[in-house]
Amino acid sequence: MLAFIIRRLLQSMIVMFFVAMVAFLMFNYVGDPVHQMVGIDTSFKDREVLRESLGLNDPVPLQFVRFITNAAKFEFGISYQHKRSVTGLFKERLPATLELSFVAAFLSLVVGVPMGVYAGIKPDGWLSKIFMTFSLVGVSLPTFLIGILLIYIFAVTLGWLPSYGRGDVVNWGWWSTGITTWSGLKALIMPAITLGLFQLTLIMRLVRSEMLEVLRTDYIKFARARGLSDRAIYFGHALKNTLVPVITITGLQIGSIIAFAIITETVFQWPGMGLLFLQAIHNVDIPIMAAYLMLVAFFFVVINLIVDILYYVVDPRLRLDLGKANGA
Amino acid sequence: MNKPLLSVENLRIEFPTRRGTLVAVDDISFTIDPGEILGVVGESGAGKSLTGQSIIGLLEPPGRIASGSIKLNDRRLDNLPYAQMKKIRGKEIGMIFQDPLTSLNPLYTIGRQLTETIQTHTDMTGKQAKKHAISLLEEVGIPAAAKRIDHYPYQFSGGMRQRVVIALALCVNPKLIIADEPTTALDVSIQAQIITLLKKLCADHGTAVILITHDMGVIAETADRVAVMYAGRLVEIGKVRQVVKEATHPYTKGLMSAIPSLTHRMEELTQIDGTMPRLSDIPKGCSFHPRCPECMDVCKEKQPELIDIGPTQVACWSYHDRQI
Repeated sequence: MLAFIIRRLLQSMIVMFFVAMVAFLMFNYVGDPVHQMVGIDTSFKDREVLRESLGLNDPVPLQFVRFITNAAKFEFGISYQHKRSVTGLFKERLPATLELSFVAAFLSLVVGVPMGVYAGIKPDGWLSKIFMTFSLVGVSLPTFLIGILLIYIFAVTLGWLPSYGRGDVVNWGWWSTGITTWSGLKALIMPAITLGLFQLTLIMRLVRSEMLEVLRTDYIKFARARGLSDRAIYFGHALKNTLVPVITITGLQIGSIIAFAIITETVFQWPGMGLLFLQAIHNVDIPIMAAYLMLVAFFFVVINLIVDILYYVVDPRLRLDLGKANGA
Repeated sequence: MNKPLLSVENLRIEFPTRRGTLVAVDDISFTIDPGEILGVVGESGAGKSLTGQSIIGLLEPPGRIASGSIKLNDRRLDNLPYAQMKKIRGKEIGMIFQDPLTSLNPLYTIGRQLTETIQTHTDMTGKQAKKHAISLLEEVGIPAAAKRIDHYPYQFSGGMRQRVVIALALCVNPKLIIADEPTTALDVSIQAQIITLLKKLCADHGTAVILITHDMGVIAETADRVAVMYAGRLVEIGKVRQVVKEATHPYTKGLMSAIPSLTHRMEELTQIDGTMPRLSDIPKGCSFHPRCPECMDVCKEKQPELIDIGPTQVACWSYHDRQI
């Protein structure tokens, strides 16, 4: 187990190294940073001084090493546009995005899995048919449209929920959260639904098809022949056997939720990283773009590592394969 | 006379399809005494497995029992509500499936699957159930049972897994076990061991067995009586020695002569010409008549009833004058 984790960590580091390389290349090929930083009236001499002080005249490999070293210390330089440390900016924005993403992911699991199990157990029930129709809507409607529809219904027409922002937030150290306040929770509902709806329907359809598959297997028939209760059969025996693909998809989707929260954050003016990133693109703010790239890659790597460990926990057969692979 | 443990009367299983109703099992009647082993043989699709599944109430929809009755100790099972049938499954009737590799849930230890079953049907505590599980594993011949109980199914070989499956089916001492081709998926060398084990355990526990197979050799060694099925009907049923030695129904005769023998040298094995009809076009009259070497005019017109001719019961017009 330990050897497995160490090996996966090394692989993760290689992935991060290559992502860093791509991020670094942006500095060199997407415009001239000095040009972005100074005003029109800055003299050539001053520009050269700035260039020298930023280390931009150093050989490229040296610059890359410096970039990596700083990245390892979570230093991504100064934002061209905000004139502030990128790390500081991210610290302000990260909690908003993560909170939204995890609430959306949690929602999609807590609602999607039971719906999928039900639709798998009673594939011909009328409720299952409603679920399936609803899931088609969820899969096919674009996120921004769902967001705008929700805003129109619940914010504009009914006036129940705020249409933008995070509401009141509470600070725990540098972490800010809206979950503990009433207005924060209210503000969270619509963005979380918008962001999580696609994942919810995806997870539901996945669980349903896996359940249908598993319920046809011999060990489920044998479990019935042994007279086990329906609950033990469906939740103990069947659901656990559907988990491996569900974990895979959920893991990948959580990464995507974080990465693609951009659209939802734009629709709801959610003060998260997506919004920051979008502004950074408009202003060619490369340090923010590079840091964002690194951060999203980092999330993907961490989530994948967790997914792999969960496989190991769920399926004992994989432990055997790992044992063999390690020569144990 | 002993009261039979299980009695099946005029059982008919139908599959409603878009192009009409298919009759998969037609008018079958038989009984099993406590502790008796009844072999059920027939080609694939003859309705053997469906008969077994209907007894334990696990017919897969759209298949359904159209008429007839199944009684266990005079208690009707075929119209029992789902919740009550669940209490009978595992506790009074156990079932063993064909493939031990897929009969066990791969994600749980065999100990968990055993204790779970034991605790579903009894009031044992976790500790007692585990103790009982270990003794069961020892009984089915798993070495180092106390250690092996925490292993997962993939850590066992096929034969060992079938032993675990047998332990699972027997774990709360059911009165009847339906073994649906329990050895088909196993190595020939293991088959004999498993059959011997099953026979011994059932003798020890006084459990009756319905042994569904298409292996006449297994039936001849194991069963007390044998029922021969063809195209959803029972064509012959009787003591196994009688049927093996002096088969009466032409289909049974055909089956017997298709068994290779070590003692008699034969140049060629005989075979029954043709194939079993599909359920959608079972011929009029006796369903076996197109393949029957002894076919008469009456066979093409009227279906023969199962009649008692003394040593066995047979459904064939050739024996109708011998009815007792």
